[in-house]
Amino acid sequence: MATLALDFALPLRGFELSLALDVERTVALVGPSRAGKSTEQRVAAGLARPARGSVRFDGEDWTPLPPERRSVGLVFQDYALFPHLDVRRNVAYAGEPDGLLERLRIAHLARAKPAELSGGERQRVALARALARRPKVLLLDEPLAALDAHTKAEVRHELAELLRELRLPTLLVTHDYEDAAALADEVGVLVDGGLRQLAAPSELVAQPRDGFVASFTGANLLHGEAHATGGLTQVQLGDGTCVYSTDHATGPVGVVVYPWDVSLAREHADDSALNVLRAEVTSVVEVGNRVRVRVGPLTAEVTAASAQRLGLRDGGRVYATFKATGTRLVPL
Amino acid sequence: MIRRIVVFGASFVGIGFLVLPVVAIFARVPPGRLVSQLGNGAVTDALRVSVETSAVAQALVLLVGTPTAVVLARRFPGRELLVALVELPLVLPPAVAGIGLFAAFGRFGLLHTSIPFTKLAVVFAVALVSGPLYVRAAIAAFEGVDENIVAASRTLGAGPTRTFFRVVLPLARAGLAAGAALALARGLGEFGATIMFAGSLRGVTETLPLAVYSEFNVNFDTALAISALLVALSAALLIALKWRPSLSISRFRFAASS
Repeated sequence: MATLALDFALPLRGFELSLALDVERTVALVGPSRAGKSTEQRVAAGLARPARGSVRFDGEDWTPLPPERRSVGLVFQDYALFPHLDVRRNVAYAGEPDGLLERLRIAHLARAKPAELSGGERQRVALARALARRPKVLLLDEPLAALDAHTKAEVRHELAELLRELRLPTLLVTHDYEDAAALADEVGVLVDGGLRQLAAPSELVAQPRDGFVASFTGANLLHGEAHATGGLTQVQLGDGTCVYSTDHATGPVGVVVYPWDVSLAREHADDSALNVLRAEVTSVVEVGNRVRVRVGPLTAEVTAASAQRLGLRDGGRVYATFKATGTRLVPL
Repeated sequence: MIRRIVVFGASFVGIGFLVLPVVAIFARVPPGRLVSQLGNGAVTDALRVSVETSAVAQALVLLVGTPTAVVLARRFPGRELLVALVELPLVLPPAVAGIGLFAAFGRFGLLHTSIPFTKLAVVFAVALVSGPLYVRAAIAAFEGVDENIVAASRTLGAGPTRTFFRVVLPLARAGLAAGAALALARGLGEFGATIMFAGSLRGVTETLPLAVYSEFNVNFDTALAISALLVALSAALLIALKWRPSLSISRFRFAASS
């Protein structure tokens, strides 16, 4: 498979976007808003010129080429469908529409105007239109951001499948780590215009390079001071509580704990978990079939059934436990 | 209570003041005589001159004004100044516009042409006052086109030219049409610059508004008939403008079938 090779810098308001990245399969760039994600897509598509460096595809220098002479399919965050053309003409603008209308299951909408479509349908039209050009590279800008929570899960699944079938070098940007992890083979965390860490989603979770990457992947991040004690590292948190980790570190550190590694109980259970915090339940939020519970400084994820059994909705104090082996220590 | 009486009274007087002259044109003479006056040679000559010069001026304004607006809708240093210069003729007294045209295109003007007192002089005078109105509306129309949609067209393989004709122009169409209607109405009524730069030669440079003025002292009924005709034309253009909502819906149909 051919490679899209980005290696450029572009000053933006307040910081510089500087990126070196090879896209061979699906790469997702995640980061907070104003990290330079959309600008990166514009540079890759030829809509913005980098100040230095190049955009190359399969050895061919694309840097001086305007968008229409690059072979990119860009799906805009707001889809940017042509409001004056119906679905079929939107897709036909870029190439032969019929096969794609079938493939993306929008053939029945061929005569509809974009204004008449739902968010999920618009997204499929935008994808079909981008693919109609038979691009060699696919660029997706926040492909799921404009969708409501219910539609999003379904569209994400379809999109993941489509990307697998297409086998195109695909670069997508999103502010949502879960979307990135679900869609991409590799995820890069983009902060202040720079790539903080680039790795497979599972590796980002297992080995976050720093506190920012950890919290961005959805982990709890507890700040404290680390000391070595008898084979384990003891970290004294701001409020005086001590937690233990099997990682080694000294000085100021972040303790990384994933919500699914935190257990909740009403009674103090005498199990192997070394770390126990007792705190008030401050919020309970349902996320699909899971429940996200805020307990003191921690977020825990439990099943809906467990939340019911423990009566978490009623609040009150609970014990949150996690194993020393389930923690990572990262520099702050 | 008194405040309401004052407010309603003032608005009554205000609306009455604005409407009365228009109503009076039609009230003074029976409609039958107004229509028969339209067959008068002075009227038909003026109508022919007005239609010819307005058509040519409008074509020039659209052909030159549209690309001008495309350029001025972009952001570049000095843009505000250029836009202000383009809009200046809008606020110039018509007599000043007439003198300006002389100073530029007169026999002894900057460019030494023999345009004054010809039909082309009428076209110039009309274009000078109607052009800025159109360009102003067209700049707003082009600025209103979503940049992402234009960018999308480029990434889909369309160059700047194809993007302009297939995307930008259809999306700006409603605003352009409104600007064109406004410019046409303004141009049809042009008086001051025309009479100074083109004179008032019957059948050559005497447009409808100039004919109103010259018939004013000769045959008041004819002057009224021409005025009624101008009111009807202006009203027709105004109604076309007010129908913009339906225009902007039908623009989708237009573009889809193109």
